[in-house]
Amino acid sequence: MSSWPTETKYISHSTARIDAPAKLTGSARYSSDIQAEGWLYGMILRSKWPAAKVTAVSLDKARAVPGIKAAVVAREGEFNVRFYGEEIAAVAGTSKQACLDALRAIEVTADVRHEFVVSETEARNDNSPRVWDNAPNAPTPKVHEKGTVDTAFPECAAVIEGFYTTPVQIHNPMETHGNTVSWTDEGLTAWASTQGITSVRDGFAGALQLDHSQVRVLTDFMGGGFGAKFGPGVEGVLAAKLSKEAKAPVRLMLTRFDQALAVGNRPSSFQKIKMGALADGTLHAFEAENYGTAGIGGGADAGGGGGGADIPMPYIYAVPNTRVKQSAVAVNAGAARAFRAPGHPPASYGMESAMDDLAVKLGMDPLELRLKNDANEIRQREYKLGAEKFGWKDKYKAPGSSAGVVKTGIGCAGAAWGGSKGDRRTQGEAHINPDGSVEFRLGVQDLGTGTKTVIAVVAAEMLGLKPEQITVRVGDTNFPYGPGSGGSTTCPSVSPTVNDICTKALAQLQAQTGIADARGANWFAACKKLGVSPLVVQGQWQPGLSTNQACGVQFAEVEVDTETGLVTVKKILGVHDCGLIINQITLESQINGGIISGMGYALYEERVMDDLSGVVLNPNFETYKLPGIADVPDIEIVLINMPERGVIGIGEPATVATAGAIANAVANAIGARVYSLPITPAKILAALGKVPPSVPS
Amino acid sequence: MKKQEPENFGAHSRRTFFKSLGTVAATAATAQVQSVAAELEKVNAEKLIGPEAVPVTLKVNGQKLKLMLEPRVTLLDALRNYSSLTGAKEGCDRATCGACTVLLGDTPVYSCQKLAIEAQGHDITTVEGLAKKGNLSKVQQAFLQKDALMCGYCTPGFLMSVTALLRKNPRPTADDVKHACSGNICRCGTQPRILSAALAAAGVATASKTEVVDYV
Repeated sequence: MSSWPTETKYISHSTARIDAPAKLTGSARYSSDIQAEGWLYGMILRSKWPAAKVTAVSLDKARAVPGIKAAVVAREGEFNVRFYGEEIAAVAGTSKQACLDALRAIEVTADVRHEFVVSETEARNDNSPRVWDNAPNAPTPKVHEKGTVDTAFPECAAVIEGFYTTPVQIHNPMETHGNTVSWTDEGLTAWASTQGITSVRDGFAGALQLDHSQVRVLTDFMGGGFGAKFGPGVEGVLAAKLSKEAKAPVRLMLTRFDQALAVGNRPSSFQKIKMGALADGTLHAFEAENYGTAGIGGGADAGGGGGGADIPMPYIYAVPNTRVKQSAVAVNAGAARAFRAPGHPPASYGMESAMDDLAVKLGMDPLELRLKNDANEIRQREYKLGAEKFGWKDKYKAPGSSAGVVKTGIGCAGAAWGGSKGDRRTQGEAHINPDGSVEFRLGVQDLGTGTKTVIAVVAAEMLGLKPEQITVRVGDTNFPYGPGSGGSTTCPSVSPTVNDICTKALAQLQAQTGIADARGANWFAACKKLGVSPLVVQGQWQPGLSTNQACGVQFAEVEVDTETGLVTVKKILGVHDCGLIINQITLESQINGGIISGMGYALYEERVMDDLSGVVLNPNFETYKLPGIADVPDIEIVLINMPERGVIGIGEPATVATAGAIANAVANAIGARVYSLPITPAKILAALGKVPPSVPS
Repeated sequence: MKKQEPENFGAHSRRTFFKSLGTVAATAATAQVQSVAAELEKVNAEKLIGPEAVPVTLKVNGQKLKLMLEPRVTLLDALRNYSSLTGAKEGCDRATCGACTVLLGDTPVYSCQKLAIEAQGHDITTVEGLAKKGNLSKVQQAFLQKDALMCGYCTPGFLMSVTALLRKNPRPTADDVKHACSGNICRCGTQPRILSAALAAAGVATASKTEVVDYV
C-alpha cells in the first residue's frame, strides 16, 4: 500500500516554482509565442449578426490580398449563425496586417434574421424568438423535491424571499485561446493553449478524421484557462485547415474581442429563493426556482436550454423540505463552458445571501445560523478558527449600524467541492541517467497552477534529491497519459503517480545495482552502477494517496461609501483545507487567485449584451472590468493541514465562497440587500433608495 | 481650450505636413509652372512612407534589430512576429492589459500602442533584457521568491512596470507600487504577491499572512 512520508523536506514546505526563471526572463515559449518554420498568421472573420442564414461566402478577393496563403470557410454550403461572433471564415497570411486586409475583403451574403433574443428573461416568454427552430428556448423545468414544502413553510418562525441574480462571467485568460497548427501528410502537430492536451488531441482527431497516433499536441507554457480551454475549438480546426491549404504552420490566436464572444463563459443565474427556519434557526423549508443561460450551449438537441446553467441548491445545507425547479434558457449568445467550480459560485452567492437575510429576520448572528445548519465537521472547524482569527465577535454589528457615511460590514460564506481523487488512469515515467540526472515525463499540462513544481517536489522528496535536480517535462501527448486540468484534479492525479514512479524506481535501482537505498547520498553512486543505459521506470496513479471533498470558508470585511456607492474590500480571510499540502507557496497563490477571481465576480464582472442589436457591448478590458492590483484587499489564509486525507485539489474550492462573503459584508454594512451581482455603485445607491433602480436586463 | 497636438508623429507630423503645404503653395504661385496638386504629390512621395514595408532599425536590449516593416506595424508586433523576442505578450492589443509593456529609455510603454517606426532611436528594453549574464535582476529574483507569477503571461508586463518604478523611486510605498502597476492586469490573481515582490526588491520586508493549523 502506497503512503506518503511523514518526515518531509519538500512536501508541505515551499519550493519556488521551478519554471519561474523561464517565465521571468521571457524564454518560456507560450503557445502564442511559437514560431514554427515558415509559420503564417491566422485570423477569423466572425458574424456581425446575432442570427442569420449565411448563403454564400466568397473568399476570392481575400485570397488575392498580397501575403495571403490560405482562406477557408467555417462551414460548407449554407449555414445558420446563432450568435454575434460565430465563426464564418478564416485566413492565413504572412502578417497580421495581410490578414486584417483579407478579412475585410471576404464577401458574405446572408439573410439576416431580425428575430433573436439575448435576454434570459425575455427568452423564457412563449412568444420570444426561438434560438433553435424546433425547440423552445426554455424547456419544462426540472424539479427536485423532498419532504413537504407547502406544509413546511407555515411551520416556520421566519421566512424570507429574494430574487438573487448573477451575470454571465467571461474567463478572460491573459493568453487568449488558440493554437499553432502544422498539418502535413505525416500528421498534425498543434502547439495548443490548452488545459487538456489529450482532449485537444482527441478533438482534432475527431474533427479532422485522423487517428490519435497522427496527432501530437504540445503545451510547454500556456497563459491560463479557467475551464475554457479543453478542446481544439473551432479556431483550432480552422487553423488546421488553413495549414493544410497553405502547406505551412498557422498560428491562430484569438483576439481579445473574439475571446469574449465565442469561447466560453459562466452561465448567468436568476434565483428566486424562499426559505424558512424554525425559531431556533434550524432550516425547515426551501424553495427555489432558477434559470440561467449558457447561450447556445445546449445545442440543437437539448430540447432548448441546457448547456450547464443549473446550479446545486440548496448548496451546502440540508433542508428537510425542499423544492428546486431549474430551467436553462437558450439565447443568441456564445456557449458557456466550464468555469472554475462550475455552478458553485452562483449557488454559494444565492444561498449564502439568503442565509444572511434569514439570520437578519431571525435576529440571529449569521455565523451562528451557519454553525446551526452546516453539518460538515470540517467547515464547522473552519468557521470557528476563522471567526477567531477574523475577530468576528468584536466586528459583527447589526446591519447598517456603523456610524458615518462610509459604513463597514462583515460577512462570511462556505464552499464545497466534490472533485475527484484524481484520474486513476494517470501515468508517467522517469528517465534516470547514469550521470544521476533524472527526468519525469507526464502527459499533463501546467496551466499556471504549478503542476510542474508539484511533480518536482514529490519526486525530490521521494528520491532524496533537491527539486532543482528534477527535470520535469509535461505538455506532450507523446508522454504517458495525463488528465485534463479540470475539477481541481491535477494535483491528486499527478502526486500519487509520481509517488508510484519513485517507489518503483527505487526498487529497480536496488535490484539492478545492489544498493539497498539509492536515495539522497547514495543516488549518484547507484545511478553510476547503471552502466551505460538509462533506467526508464513507469508508474501510475495509486489509491490511498489522495482524496476529494474539499471544504473552505471565507470571511470578508468591506467599506461602503453610502454617498458614492463604492465598495472597498478591506480584507478577506480564507480558511481552506486540501488534505496533504504538497507545495505551500503555490497553494497559497491558488487561494489568492480564487479569492481575487471571486471578488471580480462579486463587484466588477459582467458580460453586457444589447437587447436591440444582440451584440456583446463589453468584449474588451476597458469595459469588462477585472480586479486590478489597487482593488485587491489584504488577504489572509489559514490552511487546515490534514495529511491523513492525502492530496486534494484546491483550485476550485478557493473561488466559491468569495462572492457570497463579500455580498453579505456589503448587506451588513449598508443594512440593505443588493440582490444582483456584480454589486456596482449604482445598485448600492438604488438599494439605499438614493437613486431609482436601473432597468433590469 | 486649445487642442493639444502631439509633438511628433514620426516622419509625418501634421504640423510638418501643413508647413510643407505652405512652402509648396508659395513655390507654385511664383514659378507658375506646376500645379499645386502635382507638387503635392511630389512632396508626398518624399514625406510619406508606406504602405509598403520600409526599413526600420530598433535598438532592443542593446542590440540593433534591422527589420522591414509596414509603417502600421506596432512595436509589439515587430518584436513578437518579425523577430524572436516573444517575451512581451499580447493580451489585448489595445492598451488595456499591460502584458506588452516594455521600457523606452526608463519609461514603461504599451508596445501595442507604439508603432515600430516611432520606437526607432529609443533604447528599448524587453523582459529578455532584464537578466544580465544569466543572473536574474533584483526584481525578477523577488518575483521568483514571492511566487509573484502563476501562468506567467502577464508577468513580463508587471516586471517592466515594477522595474521602471524602482529606477525612478528606489524606496516605493505599497501605494506607489499599486499606482505603477495599475495599467497591468493579471487574471490568475498574483497581485498580492506582485506587491510584496516589488517591495522586497526595494528592500522592504513583508510578512507572510498564512497560518497552517493541524486539524487533528
